[in-house]
Amino acid sequence: MRYYDRLIFELSKPGRCAYSLPCCEKAVLALPENLLRAQAPALPEVSEVDVVRHYTNLSQMNFGVDTGFYPLGSCTMKYNPKINEEIAAMPAFQTLHPLQDESTVQGALEVYYNMEKSLAAITGMKYFTFNPCAGAHGELTGLMIMRSYHISRGDLARTKVIVPDSAHGTNPASAAVCGLEIVEVKSNAAGLVDVEDLKPLLGPDVAGIMMTNPNTLGLFEREIAKIASLVHECGGLLYYDGANMNPLLGAVRPGDMGFDIMHLNLHKTFSTPHGGGGPGSGPVGVAERLLEYLPTPHVVKLEDGSFHIVKSAENSSGQVSGFMGNFGVILRAYAYILMLGRQNIRLAGRYATLAANYIKESLKDAYKLPIPTVCKHEFVFDGLIDDGSSTGKLGATTLDVAKRLLDFGFHAPTIYFPLLFHQALMIEPTETESKETLDEFIDVMHKIAAEAAQDPDILHSAPHNAPISRPDETAAARNPILKFQDEA
Amino acid sequence: MASVKEGLLYSESHEWVKVEGNIAVVGVSDFAQAEMGDITYVDLPSEGDVLSKDEDFGALESVKASSDLYAPVSGTVVEVNSALEETPEKINEDPYGAWIVKIEMKDPSELDDLMAPDVYSAKNSK
Amino acid sequence: MSTFSYFPHTEDDVRAMLQRIGAGSLDDLYCDVPADFIYKGEYDLPDAMSEQQVRDFFRKLAGRNLSLKVFAGQGAYDHYTPSVVPYILSRSEFLTAYTPYQCEISQGTLRYIFEYQSMVCALTGLDVSNASMYDGPTAAAEAMRMAVACARKKNTVLLSATLLPNVISVVETYAKYYGTRIAFIPEKDGKTTLEALEAALADEDIAGVIVPGINRYGIVEDLEGFAEAVHAHKALLVEYIDPSAAAVLKTAAEWGADVAVGDGQSLGIPLCYGGPYVGFMACRKDYMRKLPGRIVGETRDAEGRRCFVLTLQAREQHIRREKATSNICSNESLMALFVTVYLSLMGPKGMKKVNELSYAGAHYLHDALLTTGKFEKVFDAPFLKEFVLKPLVDVKALQQKLYERGFFAALQTEEGYVSFCVTEKRTREEMDALIEAVKEV
Repeated sequence: MRYYDRLIFELSKPGRCAYSLPCCEKAVLALPENLLRAQAPALPEVSEVDVVRHYTNLSQMNFGVDTGFYPLGSCTMKYNPKINEEIAAMPAFQTLHPLQDESTVQGALEVYYNMEKSLAAITGMKYFTFNPCAGAHGELTGLMIMRSYHISRGDLARTKVIVPDSAHGTNPASAAVCGLEIVEVKSNAAGLVDVEDLKPLLGPDVAGIMMTNPNTLGLFEREIAKIASLVHECGGLLYYDGANMNPLLGAVRPGDMGFDIMHLNLHKTFSTPHGGGGPGSGPVGVAERLLEYLPTPHVVKLEDGSFHIVKSAENSSGQVSGFMGNFGVILRAYAYILMLGRQNIRLAGRYATLAANYIKESLKDAYKLPIPTVCKHEFVFDGLIDDGSSTGKLGATTLDVAKRLLDFGFHAPTIYFPLLFHQALMIEPTETESKETLDEFIDVMHKIAAEAAQDPDILHSAPHNAPISRPDETAAARNPILKFQDEA
Repeated sequence: MASVKEGLLYSESHEWVKVEGNIAVVGVSDFAQAEMGDITYVDLPSEGDVLSKDEDFGALESVKASSDLYAPVSGTVVEVNSALEETPEKINEDPYGAWIVKIEMKDPSELDDLMAPDVYSAKNSK
Repeated sequence: MSTFSYFPHTEDDVRAMLQRIGAGSLDDLYCDVPADFIYKGEYDLPDAMSEQQVRDFFRKLAGRNLSLKVFAGQGAYDHYTPSVVPYILSRSEFLTAYTPYQCEISQGTLRYIFEYQSMVCALTGLDVSNASMYDGPTAAAEAMRMAVACARKKNTVLLSATLLPNVISVVETYAKYYGTRIAFIPEKDGKTTLEALEAALADEDIAGVIVPGINRYGIVEDLEGFAEAVHAHKALLVEYIDPSAAAVLKTAAEWGADVAVGDGQSLGIPLCYGGPYVGFMACRKDYMRKLPGRIVGETRDAEGRRCFVLTLQAREQHIRREKATSNICSNESLMALFVTVYLSLMGPKGMKKVNELSYAGAHYLHDALLTTGKFEKVFDAPFLKEFVLKPLVDVKALQQKLYERGFFAALQTEEGYVSFCVTEKRTREEMDALIEAVKEV
């Protein structure tokens, strides 16, 4: 990677063009003057070569899964298979207009239907909607379904949702935008939801609970059966945050644990690329009795074997996105499921869990492991055991470790989350990394720990080999520069 | 160790109050600014806003944190320190000088719920 | 032991790793899961396929779709995709990256988002853009919430009845659960009028107003006076715009709007049966801290070099949790790159040309369809690339005929009209063939 300091606007020269359109001299825009803008937009005027080189240069300042190991906790950065891309690029899918008559898109509808069946088999849920475009969108949709269920039963007092203190930030945020009040339940010393703390929170005002299992510490919530029966007894529903589904892939089904509603992140568990922050896809699954509350449109199979789009339904939560979600992402995930098949799925979650435990056990001599039990797909260290402060220098923090890792060609783990520990370093290796890659990472983490103990300053000033050094984030927030401004 | 200034009253949520007649001058403690790190933005209320005790009336933002400001007493906002819009770092540099709002108190007896410096100091050193 | 190409583990590897952990088997790693929950049944999934089988499988599925010449819009437009765009998007450094949390090795993503924000600002005339939303309708729903948050104590949002049907549906869904009331500005002759807006604003509770730039009938709305009326009621004016047309139409800023939202799909993004697309959202500087979603800003690194970071994060869910401006986390970053590369290629002149060609094609088709005698004019109002007509023939038969000839056109609207759309991709020959087909109905 090397530093490249241009913005496309800075390559602009009036008169250049990089478009190729059919010529038609007669084409004029004859709209009334008062409806037209005063000036053309300040877009760059560049050549096609300029564009290709510029974005190629930009790409070379980026790190992806194809570049190297990406142990970003809770993000499941597994390998993104290339056949998925080939399938999603097929013109017979790319050219379909979302409002075409269903008789002309039977192949696309079959993708939705088969994916619903596949995800139902994998999760133990009954039905899925694919309309949510990302995980948080799925959470919001799932909570809409939860509220619709209570409202349709006339159970209007259920306005609270219980969220563990270890939850992803999107959980309380999604609940809030769904009009629910958030009640936090504490984790106990073992890092699990405290059942005794939960009990007094349950009552006739509880719509449900949002659980991540395994939770954000990578720990399986062992008391889930107890929690499920307590929540159900009080009349609430259980929501499963599928961001951490990967270790359960081929091993455990949320539906069997008593969850009523869940979302999956196809861009995590089902291998679709994350694209630098989307497009994702956050399908939401529900138990059989919640079918009527699913958003519309929804694809069903008719008795004659054809596929049909249900456009509206009386008790439906409503429409949550423009059409039926990110079809291109759903196609990729479907290709992955077909490659995985019933044979390979059993090993996916197990290998992910194997890799996480292997790193955990290999590094606990150098990093604080607050909860030493078996983990699932990820685990959390609470900083270095010896941060070097005994040298009389400022000790190395989790941020310093993360930045130093970049020098060695690894992406950093998730840092400072979950909030339960001050120096959280959350590591998720996934099942697609070889033992050699994991060993290399372990070696580097040991090397960094040794550096910290001897001379933490090396860490404080890291990264040394990245395209840029640490940025001044305070200045960025105090005096925001959020768009290009031509200095001329 | 964060400093606690004498002559002020303190709330649980780390606001300080300086009583000037019927006016409560409100800022945040040295402890609060240190916890936040470099403050990048202060979300201020408008003059004339009517606040109830414990109501959130604004927020402090840093790069990695956001913290709501809570009214230590009920009353009407009579002045805001709008200089903080341009120079939020003043709160880091001089937390007891960089007041945030002045509230005309509705019920000065609410001051009794606030902590004296030694009580606040003891609480934070735990 | 697996021989699956995505799993690199050999038998020796697994044994050595288990040994380091001190576990006897892979299943031992699930000792914390109650035994009842370990799934012992056979997964009801197909047998694992080879790559070639997967390819054949999808070819077969694809054969059950009809690829048609698209003469319809209603929120999804068949504009041309320059070959450079998918080529750049397929670069794995962009494609396989996560959200740019580690800015030192994510400058590629951060820079293109900064360019994207700059281009959204150029198209809308507004000051600040976020890094993208899911799609246009959800961006409109976020604008609804933003208006309520800015107004503090008011809780009704007015929607123009001429907004696209799916925009109205999604905003209504979000509003229902958020607890915001939705009211409508009724249309008059296919347009949103200032009189109707002022009448609707009599309601004291209005926090925001969402109106389209180009509406569901394809008509270019005249928003003169709207901003003054809305601001007089201390509410926010939100314009829902088509970003392709925005290159030539009066900007959101020129109309006086506070917020602009819409779908970037019309900037050459393939139809792809509805997604992935990309929502955009921009606002005036005053509302910068109420804007939902990620935002990239410029700063300097320790050596003083220009660089880019995620900024103003104190608004976001990972910091503010339930008090965040939105729950959005992953957005549509790669599609923001799509838009950025597209607009870089097109430039101001290319965008003008796209609109000129679309306009010319749409007006040619409009006039020719009327001469067939199968339709009647509905509205007499300026349109750009999309228009509706009143059908005088059986719509089902018409659509069937068009499907047979390879056209997707005459999309039926809720009002019983049929909608057409022409982009620069449609040729004179295609239009003439469509007209011939219509004549046969």
